[in-house]
Amino acid sequence: MARAYNRTMITSASPLPAKPSVAAVFALAMLCSGASRAADAPSVPDTLQQRIAACTTCHGEHGEGTPGSGYFPRLAGKPAAYLARQMQDFQNGLRKYAPMEYTVRQLSPAYMREIAEYFASQQVPYGRSPVPAVPAATLQRGEELVGKGDPARKIPACASCHGDQLTGVEPSTPGLVGLPYDYISAQLGSWRTHTRATVAPDCMALVAARLGDSDITAVAAALASRQLPADTHAQPAGSVTPPLRCGVLGATGDLP
Amino acid sequence: MKMWRWWWLLPVVLLAVLLGWMLLGDGGGTPTPRAASKVSAAALRSPELVAKGEYLALVGDCAGCHTAQGGARFAGGRSLATPFGDIPVPNITPDRETGLGDWSFEDFWQALHAGKGRHGELLYPAFSYTSYTKVTHDDALAIFAYLQSLPPVHQPATAPSLAFPYSVRKSLAAWRALYFREGEYRPDPAQSAQWNRGAYLVQGLGHCNECHAARDSLGGTAGDRHLTGGQIPMQNWYAPDLSTGQNGGLQGWSEQDIVDLLKTGQSAKGAAFGPMASVVAASTQHVNDDDLRAIATYLHSLPPRAPVVLDTQLFNAKAIVQQGEKVYGRHCVACHGKNGEGVAGVYPPLDGNSSVTEPTGINATRMILLGGFAPLTAANPRPYSMPPFAQQLSDSEVSAVASYIRRTWTNQASVVRPEDVSRYRHTPID
Repeated sequence: MARAYNRTMITSASPLPAKPSVAAVFALAMLCSGASRAADAPSVPDTLQQRIAACTTCHGEHGEGTPGSGYFPRLAGKPAAYLARQMQDFQNGLRKYAPMEYTVRQLSPAYMREIAEYFASQQVPYGRSPVPAVPAATLQRGEELVGKGDPARKIPACASCHGDQLTGVEPSTPGLVGLPYDYISAQLGSWRTHTRATVAPDCMALVAARLGDSDITAVAAALASRQLPADTHAQPAGSVTPPLRCGVLGATGDLP
Repeated sequence: MKMWRWWWLLPVVLLAVLLGWMLLGDGGGTPTPRAASKVSAAALRSPELVAKGEYLALVGDCAGCHTAQGGARFAGGRSLATPFGDIPVPNITPDRETGLGDWSFEDFWQALHAGKGRHGELLYPAFSYTSYTKVTHDDALAIFAYLQSLPPVHQPATAPSLAFPYSVRKSLAAWRALYFREGEYRPDPAQSAQWNRGAYLVQGLGHCNECHAARDSLGGTAGDRHLTGGQIPMQNWYAPDLSTGQNGGLQGWSEQDIVDLLKTGQSAKGAAFGPMASVVAASTQHVNDDDLRAIATYLHSLPPRAPVVLDTQLFNAKAIVQQGEKVYGRHCVACHGKNGEGVAGVYPPLDGNSSVTEPTGINATRMILLGGFAPLTAANPRPYSMPPFAQQLSDSEVSAVASYIRRTWTNQASVVRPEDVSRYRHTPID
């Protein structure tokens, strides 16, 4: 797919060579009307990274996010299908965040897939984000939810879908390690206020609805405080059996 | 808010409402049953007619309004925000209960051509019948045939929420008296067939004037304001003047530049963005080359414009422009170049770009704040993009760099003030 697009680009646009030689610049200068103007003209690499400046300005050149501020999530290494799905959800208004909705509004499925694969394939070290000071009991409750869930309230463990090491599962389940506290708590809140949703059955909406406010604080603090596992790659497809039927995992019909 | 501008119209409105009431009685109209239609169901199923209608529906970008975000095409289900309130966008798929399933062609023609619903009720001109009235009977029939060929989608309309007196449909009689002239496009025999085709598409189905002309306080466009540019209400983008003549918004554009922009989203003179990016992606890229050339021919014939008189600057523009030059050097020069020349086919030039120098400064400001991808078209399926700077630059930095690009090189437009940036920062994106 990407190769086909590259071919199209050669005919449709005429980007300058990535690193023009002196001779090339000179030849170009001769072709253009004013030599001094052409020498000032920027050279533009024909790379996906260059094309998606609108994405990387917030999420980082390699999708490292902004761990310091906790506002722009890391995209690097997340499963490609998950990332593509998020763009689609912004397009369809299932996920609400005006700058993202505006940026992806008319991208094609093929282009979104290519962008998703770019970020999925990036490998950059995780940065640490600040975690607010919470009582030990809160952290313990969070660890419980992460590892065991709360069967009495039908809350499954995070690990039951997101993998033993919470590094995600191919192709559609994102990792939860290394995410900032603010981001996790904001996303769980968004599911409850319907500003983040996905294809039905939206199992995360169900989970978020079953969490209390204090649970959200607890689980966000526990996840953000966790040490990173040695291997942060997502688990292979089919390595978990999710306890809920989720639209993003191909299930159809109503929620259980 | 220039309130004074409409106070004088109030008596006119009231009088017209009264007249409308007397003349039109109670809506005054009954639908034409499909069985009584002059167009048979079999005729509507003609594949040639349906194909022609599909093309025309693309030219008119019907789906652009009649589709909700993430919703089924043509199924409506959203509201159009106007300064007078929210107007529901109807479902135009052939669903019997919520769409056009029971409509005859005569009903459709009455809506498109005369701006009246099935029961004779006056339609809100958010539906641009002020333009569509110029569409020929044959073209309207093709569009209707296409819409009737779509899979029906059950999607009830949203509720209108208009403020008084706009909530009284009959008050539209006054509006129509002021702004609406019913009638198909009449070719100008003094012009070429190509020019006439272009004029027909631009003035009619393309409904270009609905954005590219200033609306007054009653939401109408006066007859003398044809494609002279204007701020799009609620959306807060400026749709530029489309004259290629002296002082025109597209001064210096060749016919090929116009064709390129409509076909690919980019031209040597500039790129489409904001609402026009959606129009290019959803509509004009699908317009065939003959029609695009006809549109370009027509636009090229628009008259020159009067010179723009710049507002007197209320503060020291020089200081703000100097600050802007620094911001430009840090964030913009790598793509748009030291001379604002851009990179052909990749990044638009800023020098001599009417989107940069349009009268309000809205476009430059919002483009800096929002960034975004160039339109995605068949000719440009992996567009380059511009980073949004809303998160990185303060109001004064955005105002400085917007002012710089508007007043440097050959550009001579007004400065943008920080308080304007602050306002556009909070403009909803849709």
